[in-house]
Amino acid sequence: MIEKKIISAEEAAGMVKDGDTVMLSGFMACGSPPDILDALCEQETKEMTLICNDTAIYNVKTGDMNGVAPLIHKRQFSRVIVSHIGTNPETQRQMNEGETEVELVPQGTLAEQVRAGGAGLGGILTPTGVGTEVEEGKQVIDIDGKKFLLEKARKGDIALIKAGTADKAGNLTYDKSSRNFGPLMATACETVIVEVDEIVEIGELNPECIVTPGFFVDYLVQTRGTK
Amino acid sequence: MEYKPNKEIIVKRIAKMFANGDLVNLGIGLPTQVGNHLPDGVTILLQSENGFVGLGPVPEKGAEDPMLVNAGGMPVTLLPGGAYFDSAASFGIIRGGHVDYTVLGVLQVDQHGNLANYMIPGKMVPGMGGAMDLTVGAKTVITATTHFEKSGEAKLKRNCTLPLTAGNAVNYVVTDLGFFEIADGKFILREYFAPYTVEYILSNTDADIVIPDDCREVTL
Repeated sequence: MIEKKIISAEEAAGMVKDGDTVMLSGFMACGSPPDILDALCEQETKEMTLICNDTAIYNVKTGDMNGVAPLIHKRQFSRVIVSHIGTNPETQRQMNEGETEVELVPQGTLAEQVRAGGAGLGGILTPTGVGTEVEEGKQVIDIDGKKFLLEKARKGDIALIKAGTADKAGNLTYDKSSRNFGPLMATACETVIVEVDEIVEIGELNPECIVTPGFFVDYLVQTRGTK
Repeated sequence: MEYKPNKEIIVKRIAKMFANGDLVNLGIGLPTQVGNHLPDGVTILLQSENGFVGLGPVPEKGAEDPMLVNAGGMPVTLLPGGAYFDSAASFGIIRGGHVDYTVLGVLQVDQHGNLANYMIPGKMVPGMGGAMDLTVGAKTVITATTHFEKSGEAKLKRNCTLPLTAGNAVNYVVTDLGFFEIADGKFILREYFAPYTVEYILSNTDADIVIPDDCREVTL
């Protein structure tokens, strides 16, 4: 079994180019890779498109931010595709003032679009959003008398994912609710980089318990343990 | 009669709706509190949209795990027998009709079962998160809300004017005045909560409300 290259968070961030579409795992930063995001913020990569569940948390009163929020603050994304921005008023401000293009997608639709992107599908048919603003500009398809929206698949240039344990072949297990979009995004991007709590030898993970098979993964980053 | 918002009565009433073994998803905010009022002997399974079933109580101070949060991003626990899954599986559970009940908050709900709870154009645009999928997919959709907005206007409408989360999807509305079912384009008042009266509800709600013969006063 070929071992995956283990790189630093800085090297990982360096693989993200200006203008890239970045898929970022995490739900309010739970499951986002902290060290890679820190480095990406530091390197000031610009004009990126973000695909993520949300834009993490920015507390206006205290100034505290987590996950991708500092990168939103530095306006490193020209486009943001997420299901929720309610916990980051800065994203809302940028959207309202036309500084950043924000596309709000129902969470289940976003998950299926990413899954479809990695599974070779052109898109998915979902009843979610029928009769709402989400329907605008989309094809409505009638199947046996029920209406569905055609939602196209999504792919990315680079996936930045947080996992629990990797073996050196890149096989992954996740850590509790931090799993969320990680296993989906690992299938839908050209380059997949995973920040992990722990890297073990090949053979140490139970093959029955592996969530993401290692061939999806290109690089591993050992987290500094900040969680 | 003076109106005083009473959120506890809402969640207490909703908590009585579940049966042993029901799979339930509770929305953020007021709906989350429903879990604290389950009657003795009723055990339900809570689903959390960010990827697990078996949602347990808030951990003791100091025992929080940042890798285990609920849909509001707050630390929670997993009960023995719980299970984790990814977001596609989570919303497959939700959209696929496997969730028996979802309890959601309200900006507006109308007599046709339309729900608006995710944005106020120009003012508040948080995004729909999982609300659209939950409203479309859960077998039974319960909405939980104080009866009136701060302005004094009822949140129960003839027709929603805000952007919809989903159309024709709400089954029940539980407010601090009463318990309403939605059917055939009307609200049906099943119960009214003391000290409020049928007359008070009718005169303060601009919508078609049917009062069936077995409508009853309830004290919670």
